[in-house]
Amino acid sequence: MGEPGTFLYEAWIARYALLKGMAVTAEMSFIVIVIGTFIGLIGGLCLQYAVAPLRWLVRAYVDIMRGIPVLVLILFTFYGLSLFNISIPAFGAGVVALAAFCGAHMSEVVRGAISSIPYAQTEAAKALGLGFWKRFRFVILPQATRRMLPPAINTAVEIVKSTTLLSVIGVVELLLATQQTIARNYLVIQFYLAACVLYLIINFTISQLGALVERRFAYIKY
Amino acid sequence: MLDYNFNFSVIWRNADEFLTGLGLGLGMALISLLIGSVIGLLCAYGRTSRFAPLRALIWLYVEFVRNTPLLLLIFFVYFGLPEFGIFVFDKVESFILTLALYAGAYMTEIFRAGLNSIPKQYVEAAMAIGLTPIKRQTKVVLPVMFRITLPSLSNTLISLFKDTSLAAAIAVPELTFIARQVNTNTFRVIEAWLTASVLYLAAAYTIAIALRRLERRYAAIR
Repeated sequence: MGEPGTFLYEAWIARYALLKGMAVTAEMSFIVIVIGTFIGLIGGLCLQYAVAPLRWLVRAYVDIMRGIPVLVLILFTFYGLSLFNISIPAFGAGVVALAAFCGAHMSEVVRGAISSIPYAQTEAAKALGLGFWKRFRFVILPQATRRMLPPAINTAVEIVKSTTLLSVIGVVELLLATQQTIARNYLVIQFYLAACVLYLIINFTISQLGALVERRFAYIKY
Repeated sequence: MLDYNFNFSVIWRNADEFLTGLGLGLGMALISLLIGSVIGLLCAYGRTSRFAPLRALIWLYVEFVRNTPLLLLIFFVYFGLPEFGIFVFDKVESFILTLALYAGAYMTEIFRAGLNSIPKQYVEAAMAIGLTPIKRQTKVVLPVMFRITLPSLSNTLISLFKDTSLAAAIAVPELTFIARQVNTNTFRVIEAWLTASVLYLAAAYTIAIALRRLERRYAAIR
């Protein structure tokens, strides 16, 4: 594995730390994207169909989350939650902040996809005598899914990139693990580049999976 | 439930710092947008080149930057470039350089889409009236492309403005950094982050509204 001080040697020494960091990044991204998608589906439905006060409430949530930088959101959550006597570790605060952020973006994605479906589709479904949920489940959602996939995948990639901000509050994810490694061996460029490659791998995996799902839904034509 | 006494006096005492931080963020976003536009325009034209290695290089740049977290790039430029013996940057310059490179990748995609969306007849008409290749671009293609891409440009400006919050990680005294400082110095947690959030929101929406008016004024010629 080469001499001490060479990249390969130091990377071998730090392999567990880096892989652990990558696992934390993947885990955090997965949890956040799942929760965020769930919030997004409900939020998007509310933005499109809910009665006025509820719709305004969701609209305010979405606009506020989209107008504040993620870093501020994370720091606000991390320092602010303790004031409500809620004691959660940095990882939990990160999940809360990023899920709220992801949920707002997904809501807008879902709303955009639903509202892009021509109203004639709803009218046709009504003419067949379908109720609201059946109309949504069998007519609107399948068509909207195809349109919301590309922006949703972009959002997922953004979330993976946003997890780096959790290093600021002390979650040892891939970036902080890399920085800790660099602090030991001073191989700044090599290890930052290695981290870049690992992020590229994660994000390319997501894009490719997304492309796969998109092909799965490509049969829907209109 | 919430046993907390609000005390906004620390905010008023640090009001000028908050506002300077906000101004610094806006300035950095604007400069990055300008440099990023130049990079994006050059790269967008580069991608239409017949020279395959240039196209591949630009593709690599765009995909690399778009799939890597911004915070990682910031650290890479700030801590990594001195390894190559490049010491000329202070932290603000280093951050602007990073943000400009980051913006450049996104702008490349925006401008490429813009160039692709220009009807072929425009170029043919310009040829027919005998404009030189350069004039064809500067008098016909670019003005139309600018109008088409204006909405995407304003979205990019707003998201760049939000991204300036990451400069806090390398101790650039912008809004997030100031809020964090006030937070740790005075323990007025909610006040500090609420102020930062409101300032970010207000600035982002002011820019958004101003740019929407600009967009209406310069609506795409169809």
